Amino acid sequence: MKFMLMMHTPAGTGEYQVNQWKPEELRAHIQFMKDLNKDLREAGELVGGEGLAPPVQARIVRTQGGVPEVTDGPFAESKEFLAGYWIVDVETAERAYAIAGKASTAPGPGGTPMGIKIEVRQVMSAPPDIG
Amino acid sequence: MTRIDERLLRELAPQVLGAVVRRYGDFGAAEDAVQEALTAAAFQWPRSAVPENPRAWLIQVAARKLTDQLRSESARRRRETKLALEIPPEENVAPPPDEAPVEQDDALVLLFMCCHPALTRPSAIALTLRAVGGLTTTEIASAFLVPEATMAQRISRAKQSIKSSAIGFVLPPPGERSQSIGAVLHVLYLIFNEGYATSSGKALQRVDLSNEAIRLARAAHQLMPENGEVSGLLALMILTDARRPARSGPNGEIVPLDEQDRSLWDQLAIAEGVQLVSDALSRGAVGSYLLQAAIAAVHDEAARAEDTDWPQIVALYRVLMGLADNPMVALNHAVAVAMAEGIAKGLALLEPLDRDPRIKDHYRLAAVRAHLLERSGKISTALGYFEQAAEKTTSTPERNYLLLKIARLRDN
Repeated sequence: MKFMLMMHTPAGTGEYQVNQWKPEELRAHIQFMKDLNKDLREAGELVGGEGLAPPVQARIVRTQGGVPEVTDGPFAESKEFLAGYWIVDVETAERAYAIAGKASTAPGPGGTPMGIKIEVRQVMSAPPDIG
Repeated sequence: MTRIDERLLRELAPQVLGAVVRRYGDFGAAEDAVQEALTAAAFQWPRSAVPENPRAWLIQVAARKLTDQLRSESARRRRETKLALEIPPEENVAPPPDEAPVEQDDALVLLFMCCHPALTRPSAIALTLRAVGGLTTTEIASAFLVPEATMAQRISRAKQSIKSSAIGFVLPPPGERSQSIGAVLHVLYLIFNEGYATSSGKALQRVDLSNEAIRLARAAHQLMPENGEVSGLLALMILTDARRPARSGPNGEIVPLDEQDRSLWDQLAIAEGVQLVSDALSRGAVGSYLLQAAIAAVHDEAARAEDTDWPQIVALYRVLMGLADNPMVALNHAVAVAMAEGIAKGLALLEPLDRDPRIKDHYRLAAVRAHLLERSGKISTALGYFEQAAEKTTSTPERNYLLLKIARLRDN
């Protein structure tokens, strides 16, 4: 079963919050994510995953009347943004939840686990034929 | 490489691996060596000719690779560049002594080893396809739509588990035999199901996992011809696969059994499956795969949906329910009862399932209830359950089918 794990991060005051971290905090955070990815790869579970560029770079594209329109936002009021994602291939939903639970503990300022909100969604497939 | 060569190579793969493991003991290293020998053959044979004794050729090449590897780690780097140069001349390969019985045992031991209960099922599946099925890691990765590195890790972890659990290259003792066979059958069953689950999309570039599962089940059946469950699983796969041309529409949407164009069903496959079922039934002991195959056979033998022998299917599901407490079987039994004895009776059988935590939130329970309500003319109630089912399913074709159904019912 494949699952998409989406990492939602508080947007703070509109700034890219991570910019205000100390270097060692950032390094610990990055190391945590690297280790997590390494573990998932070695477990034969990682299908893919990326961190995403800050939301100030995000654009919304919408085609109406045949004309694609590219705009900023609408992120002004949103309290969270998608910071990154993983796609994992695991035996059970519980395993996907466990990975998400681990990812959620990535260290933030002061090395405190951030409790990042991770949305877990199963990737659609085709039905099994028998059973 | 011609198709014949490819098929020959893949048939030989488990025999060669079995022989090399028996001789050298180290499963992980032997498996790598045999993969390299297969690659060498795939490179060499189309350029010269298939050796007179291809099995002995492969064993010799694999053994040489393995001793290289054991001798020094630096041999690993050299080996890759020298791969094509190390092919032994065919005349150096002596015909092997008559070792047919050992060969058979080796392939069986290998199958038990790859499907060992100590491995996770995804690991067992990957290892079985590579070591017994003779597929490359690239082929397996693309069949499961995961990156090659991910699949390679799965295989290497599986080998590591075999090593650390000290699973020896011997037949499981008679006391554990039926558990081992159960594990093998479960792995083959999962491969077959995965084949269907990934059968939409870029199928042409991928190994067909359903066919692969059938091929492996045939091999298992040859190794254990008297085992009713092995026959049952092979028959179940063949009888299910026989309906493949009819079970999806031009856009990949699901066509339910009662709406399929039965003239598209593969009659030769059905005949083979039915024969397997009746042979196995005549031998006695009946297990759950054989019963499921028998049910599939009853469906496949009906020329029209309305000709289906539902009382017979009800009877088979009753026996199946007696074997194990499985809510999915109970759900299918309720459908059969609805068809044989009336919708109300079938609906009544769904009520206990609403309280069973294993199935109460499953989309199939909602979908079955919706279909039965629709048949009894309660369209608006049915609609609500169709909507629930569409929200709960994780299958795209199934969801599309349910959404279309909802749209059609609303239209009328």
